[in-house]
Amino acid sequence: MENDMDYLKQSDAVKARFDKIKQREVILEVKGLDKVYKTAKGHTTALKNINFKVHRREFVCVIGPSGCGKSSLIRILAGLESYSGGEALLDNEPIDGPCRQRGMVFQGYTLFPWLTVRKNVMFGLEMNGATNEEAGREVDLWLELVGLEKFTQAYPHELSGGMKQRVAIARALVNQPRILLMDEPFGALDAQTRAKMQSHLLEIWRNIDITILFITHDLDEAIYLADRILVLKAHPGEVQEIIEVSVPRPRNPEQFNSPEFLATKARLEALIHPAEKTEHKDEPDVHIPSRMIRFVNVEDNVE
Amino acid sequence: MGLSNWFVVRQELSSRRKKGLAVASFLLPILLWCLVSYVPFIWHPMMKVSEPGDVDYFQVDMLVDKVTYRQELENMQEAGKALPTASPANPIYLPAPHAVVEAFYTAFTTPPAQRDGLWLHQSLWQSIQVIFWGFLISSLIGVPLGVLAGTYTVVSRLFEPFIEFFRYLPAPAFGALAVAVLGIYDGPKIAIIVIGTLFQQILVIANTTRKLDYSLLEAAMTLGTSKIKLLRYVVIPGVLPDLYRDQRILLGWAWTYLIVAELIGTSSGITWFITQQARYEHFDNVYAAILMIGIIGLSCDLLLAWLGKRLFPWNKSANKE
Ligand SMILES: Nc1ncnc2c1ncn2[C@@H]1O[C@H](COP(=O)(O)OP(=O)(O)OP(=O)(O)O)[C@@H](O)[C@H]1O
Ligand SMILES: [Mg+2]
Repeated sequence: MENDMDYLKQSDAVKARFDKIKQREVILEVKGLDKVYKTAKGHTTALKNINFKVHRREFVCVIGPSGCGKSSLIRILAGLESYSGGEALLDNEPIDGPCRQRGMVFQGYTLFPWLTVRKNVMFGLEMNGATNEEAGREVDLWLELVGLEKFTQAYPHELSGGMKQRVAIARALVNQPRILLMDEPFGALDAQTRAKMQSHLLEIWRNIDITILFITHDLDEAIYLADRILVLKAHPGEVQEIIEVSVPRPRNPEQFNSPEFLATKARLEALIHPAEKTEHKDEPDVHIPSRMIRFVNVEDNVE
Repeated sequence: MGLSNWFVVRQELSSRRKKGLAVASFLLPILLWCLVSYVPFIWHPMMKVSEPGDVDYFQVDMLVDKVTYRQELENMQEAGKALPTASPANPIYLPAPHAVVEAFYTAFTTPPAQRDGLWLHQSLWQSIQVIFWGFLISSLIGVPLGVLAGTYTVVSRLFEPFIEFFRYLPAPAFGALAVAVLGIYDGPKIAIIVIGTLFQQILVIANTTRKLDYSLLEAAMTLGTSKIKLLRYVVIPGVLPDLYRDQRILLGWAWTYLIVAELIGTSSGITWFITQQARYEHFDNVYAAILMIGIIGLSCDLLLAWLGKRLFPWNKSANKE
């Protein structure tokens, strides 16, 4: 039996990398953040006393059970949602409303259906007063980077899910935001496309000056992508642990079976699906009865 | 290939089947009309006199109902006088298809009965102008106001409660008032069409605007779009195809107000033509004129639908139609 604390072991190279990251300036700082939704049925505390920092060019994943407030957190950081208490600072400035410094990629693509791929990517630049010519050059560069140079004149409804999400990523990045916020961006994609998109995102992240905060509920995805993983727990949403992923970079899919990867995954599983019966706190209504009524003939067995 | 093949819920039909069904949807009522007109035992409640005999008030081509005819026939038989002859016929208000088709043609070729009267095409042109101005004025107010109400809650709360009330007031009720204010010519007619269309238009368009996916606005904001630019660069282009579709439907509503509108003040346009013809019992002309309105309305809509496909190539739902 391996030690439960294996996930904390870091090779020298990994440790050196984390030391280097911590040297960099802090881009995003969240201090004692609270979020309470007030509805007709009463108050829901979605987030309670959230604290963390993100350094420049760091890749941070946020993971947690459904309803723990992941989306609430990222929407607050994007400026799309107000918060009830605490502070959220980008470059030491409090976050107040959406702006181009904080790009966002949504699970539902949210491309503008009336614009071609090229115009979609150009949208942010045009809104911020770039001339058509400048914007055009930038956009072509980005479309090439995400491998869509052949689809510049296509409309969003002509693209596959993976392609749409690549457009969305390019659209956010062309604005040169300080941080890219991604809310389960690959959640709607099939496994294969998803794996491709993950590698692609890492490739992009490696090559440009961008900090990424990435929400997912897929443990493998979080470990594969992240430098650090912010684990939230539900009701109320609180930080349970911030894990430094000990899997060395550059990452590749073969590492999915490496000891560091498995140790980290074991730890995440222990945190998110604890063995005790706290489980039913998430979803109070759903319980599977131990004995079920039989609807088929006694002889008609499948096992 | 059983019958069940035709009744799959919401299935896409092949284009041949679609065209076939569209033709059938017109052929069925026409077939029904032909049956009633040309097959004697289906309806034909009247007798058309071909020979009056000795009945003093009978005339050639006169329509009498069957009971009267039988009565007179018996009377003449008893009196030993000359018998009238007649054949079964439909009432005057149901002309046969061929008569209407003929009238459809002759309506354009016969000069107006009175010297100062109008040709049919002139009447139609009058009507089209009334519709055009009515719908244009209504749209100039209704579309911007609807979009604003759908975008900004303040505008919606300020205007919609009153509009919600006002739209229940029947437009024709304002006829006399409109004449008092705007005179007896085209003014009040246009006003009735505006009153009939505008209030629905604002509400319909506000609702359509509200249906725009809010996450598109959020996406635009995270890309640095200012609040003021959202309307121009996201809301309007986003709702445009749906707005266009709404306008098509609303134009249809405007047409339905035409007849009432044209009866106000001095009656004019196609309505004047129809009432004139009805007064002289030229029901074939009446049907021809009604048909004309239908044809104009439908071709207008088809044209707009076709144009819509060209205008919004990115709109999936419209391109499927
Ligand atoms: N607009 C809202 N009004 C009221 N309550 C809300 C609202 N949005 C979220 N909540 C509540 O806040 C809590 C956190 O929701 P949130 O969507 O942030 O969770 P999540 O972690 O993103 O879940 P998932 O993994 O299912 O996407 C939930 O209990 C939810 O019911
Ligand atoms: Mg969520």
